[in-house]
Amino acid sequence: MEIDAPTDRRVVDLLREDLLLTGTKESCGAGDCGACTILVDGETRLSCLMLAAQLEGRDILTIEGLSRDGALHPVQNAFVEHGAVQCGFCTPGMALASVDLLNRNPDPTREEIRDALAGNLCRCTGYQKIVDSVEIAAVALRSKAGS
Amino acid sequence: MKDQDQLAEYTSARSAPPVRNRPLAIGVAVVRSDAHEKVTGQTKYAADYYSRNMLWAGVKRAGVPHARLQGIETDRAAQVPGVVRILTHKDISGPNRQGVIRKDQPVLVDDKVRHCGDAVALVIAETKTSLRNALDLIALDLAPLPAVTNAEQALEKDSPLVHEDNAEGNVLLKGDLKIGAGQEAEKECDVVLEACFETPRQEHAYLETEAGWACVDEDGKLSIVCSTQTPFRDRMELAEALGLDSSRIRIIAPYLGGAFGGKDGVTVQSLLALAAMNSGGRPVKMWWDREESFLSGTKRHCARMYYRLGAKSDGSLHLLEVRLYLDTGPYDHLGGVVLALALEHAGGPYRIPNAVLKGWAVYTNNPIGGAFRGFGVPQVTAAMEQMIDMLAAKLEMDPLEIRLKNAVKRGAKNCVGKTLVSSTGAVECLETLSKHQLWKGREAWKSAAGQFKHRGVGIASVMQASGYGPVVPDVANAKIELTTAGRIRVYCGVVDMGQGNAGTNLQIAGSILGQDSCNMELILPDTDLTLPSGSASASRCTYTFANALIGAAEILKERILQRSADMLMARGAEELALVPGGVRRLTDGRELSLEFLAQFLNDSERVVTYRFRAPIAPDHVTLDEGLRLHGMPHTLFSYGAHLAWIEIDELTGQVDVKRYLAVSDCGKVINPETYEQQIHGGIAHGLGLALSEDFEAVDGKIMTPDLMTYIIPTASDLPKIDSVPVEIYEPTGPFGLKGVGEIATNGPLPAIANAVADALGIRVFRFPLTPERILEALKNKRQET
Repeated sequence: MEIDAPTDRRVVDLLREDLLLTGTKESCGAGDCGACTILVDGETRLSCLMLAAQLEGRDILTIEGLSRDGALHPVQNAFVEHGAVQCGFCTPGMALASVDLLNRNPDPTREEIRDALAGNLCRCTGYQKIVDSVEIAAVALRSKAGS
Repeated sequence: MKDQDQLAEYTSARSAPPVRNRPLAIGVAVVRSDAHEKVTGQTKYAADYYSRNMLWAGVKRAGVPHARLQGIETDRAAQVPGVVRILTHKDISGPNRQGVIRKDQPVLVDDKVRHCGDAVALVIAETKTSLRNALDLIALDLAPLPAVTNAEQALEKDSPLVHEDNAEGNVLLKGDLKIGAGQEAEKECDVVLEACFETPRQEHAYLETEAGWACVDEDGKLSIVCSTQTPFRDRMELAEALGLDSSRIRIIAPYLGGAFGGKDGVTVQSLLALAAMNSGGRPVKMWWDREESFLSGTKRHCARMYYRLGAKSDGSLHLLEVRLYLDTGPYDHLGGVVLALALEHAGGPYRIPNAVLKGWAVYTNNPIGGAFRGFGVPQVTAAMEQMIDMLAAKLEMDPLEIRLKNAVKRGAKNCVGKTLVSSTGAVECLETLSKHQLWKGREAWKSAAGQFKHRGVGIASVMQASGYGPVVPDVANAKIELTTAGRIRVYCGVVDMGQGNAGTNLQIAGSILGQDSCNMELILPDTDLTLPSGSASASRCTYTFANALIGAAEILKERILQRSADMLMARGAEELALVPGGVRRLTDGRELSLEFLAQFLNDSERVVTYRFRAPIAPDHVTLDEGLRLHGMPHTLFSYGAHLAWIEIDELTGQVDVKRYLAVSDCGKVINPETYEQQIHGGIAHGLGLALSEDFEAVDGKIMTPDLMTYIIPTASDLPKIDSVPVEIYEPTGPFGLKGVGEIATNGPLPAIANAVADALGIRVFRFPLTPERILEALKNKRQET
């Protein structure tokens, strides 16, 4: 897609206010919490620290784009089925960070999952069910890849 | 999109229809109804509301802790392009005072600044940039006053006063209870221990900061969408503060991005209302950024607690003397209620025949102390559970044994003299803990510590009351409807801030009415559509509302079956059953769809409402009307027993929690997944408070203004948590349930502190247990020996 934006418009504002894609959240505006996580060319980036100019020519994935044709991504499905969602505000960023992790490391240990998600703060869950979900999603993705 | 269309789309915040059909039954881990929409980013929180023609509103904050307001210079700010209006207290026609119990907080400061986050001017602007620029250009003429920054010093005779018009000086509320023989009982004690404990101020740090959107329509009706735990109460509070008619105000609370007590009361509501009334009919949005949330929102009270515990040589507790000082900041914000609950829990879940309990919620110019999960109980539990361990060590008794020996049981009196008439699982939780592998295997684990590492294990016995106490009614009004489309619509009265009660409501109503999730829908709290049901707080959200909902659902069920019986010429409702999507005559299997049936019910017949009021304690443990109003005593308690395995690095002072066990008596479990979510989340808050969270203020100024300096636990900081429910049936609860929202927060501080003492042979009396404090304690110990 093509949009016109001032070069210094924050990406999180461009997504939420210009494109009305409010799935990407802002929680600290300073890169401390991970709630604004999006995937840029497949890698996690903090959209509150990015400017519009940095998106030029890039492939962007927000939470709205993670499910395909109404079918949830295995990470999303696992989050739903295994209690990883409470208030849900950290969930979009957490889900995308998990997707990025599993793309790089399809068979992570629980400690590796925790370390990879340490940049996404959650105040509701205590993280355990998120880690459980990522483990389960990893299995689902590996078996899908295998078949 | 037109503003009214926007509002119409946003209003009556509904949950998205379920994607997967799930059967609904009690006791099953039914997947939460909101999970799908949250995981796809569809959920609109208050912070997600935008509209064309929308303005932004923002606040000029005082920046100093205590000062007389002499002037506000706004001319330069008003000239910033894009600024629409700048408002001050002069633009408020009402009393300009808000508060839940004591109305002591201005919407916009008119006389004195009482904390750095005090709101002094309100700017309405076209863009966030022009808003920020304008706020920077507002100049405040303030005459600084000496700041009150220490709760104990604030009680001294010559202390400056935060509220000159308060007859009790800097005391918001005080409590003074004598139980049994009081201090006289000390001579009967074989051992008396004393210690002073300090717990820090804690910031809620919800991911969604305070946010709202407001609009006044052509008829003068004000609509507010707000991240709030209390939409009905807010409406009254802001109407009173601004001199408005509350019936012309509508407040909608969508799903919140966390709250934990920090949104229990007015945050943006009054400011938004004021802005919307002065925006020329345009909608206005306010969204506090993280720094403003830290600066202006409420915090857990920091506490200094002086404890004296006397016992007999056989370990039976005989006398408890407590002095509690809670720093409540400059405004009420439920600070008195926190004090009353702390005093009621000061002795923990034990039988103590004699006690002297004194406490003060003290006004200061520090950040505002308010509601935060646990509500005074984490503080006193941190103290009492350490005293118990200290006593056990002194008497050379096992810490589990001494707790069991003194634990309350049903029929006993707790430390304020209240007879425990509801389910009381303190003993059962401790016994369950004693059988768990994490307790039985503790010595083997400890002895396997590596070089420079010290391992310890600590336990804590916890309790948490639910509800509002004997005076303030704990009431919910449920409303349920058979829609013309044949679906069951639940009008949720209590806000869902992430605890999943909306989904639980569907689970309950669906199971009573025999419907699957695909036939259920809900309306989230909305003062126009749902019925007053009290705050999302005090561990009463599901207990009280579900009791009302069960009543309503049963009536609707009966009504549907009776009308079906009439239509099918059956003998009576007993020949019929509700099945997914319809009613079946059991004799011959003939079915009518609910959609078909709905046509034969008048609109007034399709809706059922039902009121439930939670039972209260008739015990007169105190004649102090202030304490009674603020909640003393409660009648329903949840219990728990917690255990922490910790490992300390003696070189860095770092405390790592390796494993954690929470055994909980919260009655019967309606949804095991949702229940466990609360236990995990409460433990995370408690763990942060124990190890890393210290919302520091020096001379009233905040030293930890953001998430870089205020450290909350990440995924790497939480251990594996084992949660074991002890399902004692509570007869007054919906399907036997009790509150689970807060209790788990109370365990981590003392369990970890006791584990540290177990590991190192030293006790640290100040929280959080930072590496610096651990290293200091280790150094002191080495110097002593």
